[in-house]
Amino acid sequence: MDWYSGSLLRLAMSYVPSRAVAEEVVQETWMGVFEGIHRFESRSSFKTWLFRILTNRAKTRGIRESRYEPSGLSASSMDADEGPSLEDSLFVAEGSGMGHWKDPPHAWEPDTPERVLLSKECRAAIEHAIDRLPATQRQVMTLRDIEGVSSEEVCNILEISETNQRVLLHRARTKVRRELAPYVQGEKT
Amino acid sequence: MDTNLKQKLMSYMAGNFSCREIAQLVTDYLEGSLSLCDRIRFQIHLGLCFACRNYLRQMKYTIATLGQLPPDPVPPHVKEELLKRFRTWKQSHPPSSVKSEAD
Repeated sequence: MDWYSGSLLRLAMSYVPSRAVAEEVVQETWMGVFEGIHRFESRSSFKTWLFRILTNRAKTRGIRESRYEPSGLSASSMDADEGPSLEDSLFVAEGSGMGHWKDPPHAWEPDTPERVLLSKECRAAIEHAIDRLPATQRQVMTLRDIEGVSSEEVCNILEISETNQRVLLHRARTKVRRELAPYVQGEKT
Repeated sequence: MDTNLKQKLMSYMAGNFSCREIAQLVTDYLEGSLSLCDRIRFQIHLGLCFACRNYLRQMKYTIATLGQLPPDPVPPHVKEELLKRFRTWKQSHPPSSVKSEAD
């Protein structure tokens, strides 16, 4: 049970207005699993099935909580408030160096992610970065990168197109990379 | 100097990606969704550009880190509530009830 609950909660929170409601959704999800396990077909993985139950319940719940606009959740809105490119600030905008790195990326410390995550501060920074992502980006990142669900299954669970999925994933990864950078920047000089 | 040489080399190759485009396409590249032609252009750029190679590595590093995030512990009250509900559910669904349908 501990394996998935963190991600279940994170995913649920992207649909409903409060943590308390999200916790209820996770509980309902597990109950749904107990009740429906005999209907589970091994054609899809258990994980996909579980996340599917969760998103269905969280969506219903999110709509019921009148504070939440269901339209704001659809992947088609695509976080329209964001500029066309997150990377713009990293590159020279004009002149002969146009399109080149302002500050060329350095190699990160040849340390392993496991070691990096031992730093509480760093873990908190990553989690904070994920929490601040727009809901749809957080959903895709949670499933793809944290839970390791395949892109096809993610599209299936979230009912979005491959292209949408890729755009959302890209934006999420770009932002999390930016937040992680200060903790793994190797010798910068 | 090095940068100048790189820029020259890049400009010789018509249609090569800029560093900015590489950063924008990095997920498409990792997802394997670039066309064969774009994939080759992407790789040519990587071969010539140390900075973009680093950027790609940083992205991979980020993804690997996300995959290693330790799971949040389930809050005790959620766990308790779940176990309670599971127990009551079990009482109303004794395992034999499935078999008894055959009777």
